[in-house]
Amino acid sequence: MPEPFPADSVGLVVPKSIHFDEPLPLDGGKTLEDYDLVYETYGELNASRSNAVLVCHALSSDAHAAGYHHVDDRKSGWWETCIGPGKPIDTERFFVVCSNNLGGCKGSTGPMSANPATGRPYGPDFPVVTVKDWTRSQARFSDALGIKQWAAVIGGSLGGMQALQWAIDLPNRLRHAVVIAAAPKLSAQNIAFNEVARQAIRSDPDFYDGRYDEHGVKPLRGLKLARMLGHITYLSDDAMGGKFGRELRDGKFGFGFDVEFQVESYLRHQAEAFAAHFDANTYLLMTKALDYFDPAADYDHNLAKALDHATAKFFVVSFTSDWRFSSARSREIVKALLDDDQDVSYAEIEAHQGHDAFLMPIPHYLDVFKAYMNRVAEVSR
Amino acid sequence: MALRPELEIISEWIAPGSRILDLGCGDGVLLKYLRDTRNVNGYGIEIDDQNVLQCIEAGVNIIQTDLDAGLSEFDADSFDYVVMSQTLQAVHYPDRVLDEMLRVGREGIVTFPNFGHWLARFQLAITGHMPVSNILPYDWYNSPNLHLCTVKDFEQLCTKKNIEILERTVVDQRHKRSLGMRFAPNLLGEIAIYRFRRGKKS
Repeated sequence: MPEPFPADSVGLVVPKSIHFDEPLPLDGGKTLEDYDLVYETYGELNASRSNAVLVCHALSSDAHAAGYHHVDDRKSGWWETCIGPGKPIDTERFFVVCSNNLGGCKGSTGPMSANPATGRPYGPDFPVVTVKDWTRSQARFSDALGIKQWAAVIGGSLGGMQALQWAIDLPNRLRHAVVIAAAPKLSAQNIAFNEVARQAIRSDPDFYDGRYDEHGVKPLRGLKLARMLGHITYLSDDAMGGKFGRELRDGKFGFGFDVEFQVESYLRHQAEAFAAHFDANTYLLMTKALDYFDPAADYDHNLAKALDHATAKFFVVSFTSDWRFSSARSREIVKALLDDDQDVSYAEIEAHQGHDAFLMPIPHYLDVFKAYMNRVAEVSR
Repeated sequence: MALRPELEIISEWIAPGSRILDLGCGDGVLLKYLRDTRNVNGYGIEIDDQNVLQCIEAGVNIIQTDLDAGLSEFDADSFDYVVMSQTLQAVHYPDRVLDEMLRVGREGIVTFPNFGHWLARFQLAITGHMPVSNILPYDWYNSPNLHLCTVKDFEQLCTKKNIEILERTVVDQRHKRSLGMRFAPNLLGEIAIYRFRRGKKS
């Protein structure tokens, strides 16, 4: 039978689920009595359990980082570019794990899960979670997998922030932190964009204060608007210009408000596809987790102090056209690490794709990422 | 590991166990050598993608940034030595870079091609062309070198900036030293190598 997937793909993968019944105290003061985490793994854990790599996902992604769920899947996992045999996160060398964060809508316990107190979905009653809550839940997850120390914790965007949080909160449990297209905390502008996205959702008449499920509807208009706004911040002006310019679908103005420009059509299509499979309450939670992320806050708002006791080696990557989390933001992380005399390398990748560049097959990006991971692998055998 | 002879001279000047910053560190060979042989740690700074990649492959700490943008990421006195090999002449503001070197480091070490070498003088004076040689391999129109200087020029700048020169060596393109070079460094030396620090306040 011919191999249906590309040779450098991990191929068919099956998500797994793990249940935790020890209550998890959350930063917000509430407690999750029990919870599930959905995760995927690629590659083989070696005998000394030293080659495990934890991949943290971004705002709206999930545990499906690589490979395919079905033979006829057209779309692969979200980081197929970087995970697979011979790729930067080489599944021939590493045992790669990716879990869906708490509060998500792709299998792990979140607003769509049944609230044990009521037997109905949590909806808006699901507690607001933080990045620190996630690392705490993932520490238990690591214990359950029997992994004392990750060879690396890796992530892009919000996932990169999670990797940073790991290095600060659980210094002995990782040897490397790879922090891509991230920031040490959100700027007022970042928070402002998130707030507009939240208001789009919350002001949708179908939102019903988050209890839309009870009304048998979904706040699709709000969720689509939120996604359109988010999507604009993921791309650069250049990337959008290159892709669509001012191109018109019908070649001429229609003097109305239907879709005319190609970019409008694209945004609507993206939003449509996203809203069909994502939960609005989860979107609200994830943007809050981003807004609250500020690991320096626990250390007199001094990032160098926060990172001082980290023992991991760091690899920080940014992209020149990323304006959501610009290179300057990555350099704040680098500066704090330099102040601490920590081992850190920093690559600034020339790319026109904007924030989304971290998901793209940019040759130099893949080269430096692979070179760094080779170093990680050498001491992980 | 074979080290460029010029880097060998630099590495002899660097005390074991110290911390260095290597500006324009290329493929990271000096950092790797010092780490492996002298327990010297630190960071390299590079702008070129290929060099950054090679540094990562070599496992040395590399920060990709433009030297002309300054060293603002580094606190004052955070290094024992700040090294700049064959790069001073290629930055936009060599004088400011020297200031920055001595702000973040206790001592600075630089190497540069000596434009006062007799062959360079000969080529310009007699043939009327900009000098091209093994150590100045570029044509005027494609050279990365923006601020070529002579041994005398460099020392004059040091005096002006109250920079104290601790050690000076000039070598030829095979990195050999000779008696002649000791007495007429600006005429016979092809590559100049200096170690220096902030001068005492007068």
